[in-house]
Amino acid sequence: MLKDITLGQFYPVDSFVHRLDPRVKIILTFAFIVGVFLGGGLTAYLPVIAFIYVAAKMAHLPIKMLMKGIKPLRFILIFTFVLNLFFTGGDTVLVKAWFIVITKEGLMTAIRFSARLVFLVTGASLLTLTTSPVVLTDGLERLLSPLRKIGFPAHELAMMMTIALRFIPTLLEEADKIMKAQMARGADFESGNILQRAKAMIPLLVPLFVSAFRRAGDLAMAMESRCYHGSEGRTRMRVLKVTKNDYVAALAVAVMIALTCVM
Amino acid sequence: MPIVIENMSHVYQPGSPFKADALTDISLTVNDGELLALIGHTGSGKSTLAQHLNGLLQPTSGRVLVDGRDINEKGADRRALRQRVGLLFQYAEYQLFEETVYKDIAFGPKNQGLTGEELDKRVREAFALVHLPEETLEKSPFELSGGQMRRVALAGVLAMNPGVLVLDEPIAGLDPKGRDELMQIINELHEKGVTIVLISHNMDDVARMATCVAVLDKGHLAMFGTPREVFSRGDELNAMGLDVPQTVQLCRELRKGGLQVPDCLTDEELADAIALALKGGNVNA
Repeated sequence: MLKDITLGQFYPVDSFVHRLDPRVKIILTFAFIVGVFLGGGLTAYLPVIAFIYVAAKMAHLPIKMLMKGIKPLRFILIFTFVLNLFFTGGDTVLVKAWFIVITKEGLMTAIRFSARLVFLVTGASLLTLTTSPVVLTDGLERLLSPLRKIGFPAHELAMMMTIALRFIPTLLEEADKIMKAQMARGADFESGNILQRAKAMIPLLVPLFVSAFRRAGDLAMAMESRCYHGSEGRTRMRVLKVTKNDYVAALAVAVMIALTCVM
Repeated sequence: MPIVIENMSHVYQPGSPFKADALTDISLTVNDGELLALIGHTGSGKSTLAQHLNGLLQPTSGRVLVDGRDINEKGADRRALRQRVGLLFQYAEYQLFEETVYKDIAFGPKNQGLTGEELDKRVREAFALVHLPEETLEKSPFELSGGQMRRVALAGVLAMNPGVLVLDEPIAGLDPKGRDELMQIINELHEKGVTIVLISHNMDDVARMATCVAVLDKGHLAMFGTPREVFSRGDELNAMGLDVPQTVQLCRELRKGGLQVPDCLTDEELADAIALALKGGNVNA
């Protein structure tokens, strides 16, 4: 039951997109998002759609997997669409009934904003689906490391993120197990009103917190016993390198942005 | 309350890249009063099988019948079932959550709807079964040692008066003393007539206590029979990464040395067999 939750889930296959340098991928994702916002008219979104489609195909991602990321956003999407539709002023009135006025400009804005949201999420999903969390934080650390000079704890932040991400599946599994153990003792997590349900969570949350603290303590001990002492003088096993493929990807994004601006 | 498993299979996360066949076409029967030992290498599907016995997991195909009724059919009362088939998870001490041991043991029977004196009686009865010092009852479960916590967790399951008890590696991670005490408790429960399904890696315990043994290998039921039948196939067990009990191991070595003794499952049996073989003068060496 809990295993169905997807949190920035990595899709483990090998592809051109998967092998790209994570630093390049992060930068390109930001560039992609900027590109999406530069585009004005509706036709400007054609290259964006084409880009997402081609990238997904090259990464061997099922389109269904990308669409799954949009599902939790459906209420925000509907909200954005409706709000823009009804409350954007304009000259060309399409529908006028009672107090509802829908203008052509309103319709266009509604579509544009909803589309932007969808592209934003799919673009970000493209990054997280094709980059394993460890590689992703590694890339992030390298990108942020120039900021170390002004005292920004780039390595520590990346390490915390890696650990947090690493423990999400572990804790989910643990929660699943404790839930089952309490269900085996007749606990009921599914029925009752909000108050009853919140109370029913106590037998799950107390052991889960206890075990999270225990794991944190164990991990800290294990890291210290292997002489971990933060970023100072730390070398890495996997040295990131920008290759020809990364330039190709950068070019593809540049072309997409240029096309969105022109169209 | 016999448990019958018919052609049961279970697939984890079907249709995703993480798909995994956990169990394939398992059929077996656990009769009243038996102590079934479930053995198998890590990842062979033992825990998955155990969770099917009280409906926590539903089979992808096949059926699980408790008392002749399919537990996964529509309208089956799973909560009632879970009270009849008690399940103690691996490292069960991590499921404790209440302020006192008493309250934690009371969690199960409370969910059954018991109150007042009846509840109190159940808690005290279950607590008595696990042989902990009386004052433990009012302590916080988090003050106890690992072995004691595990016994409190067992009492929490026993407090629901289950007819069948499923124990998933109850002695894993305990010290020798804690292990002996827990096996003693399990033996006493079995003698009281509770049907027990025991997942264990300790072949000596299995040989001594089990009335039947099921061997799982990569999700398949590889062997099913009495301990004597199963442990006489030592080479096959070794091939699956499993051991035979020390007594059987010794008998095999003795035979290699020329002393004709049958496979023995207990120390007493072994002593008698060796004495008999020596008296018979069957020694070639």
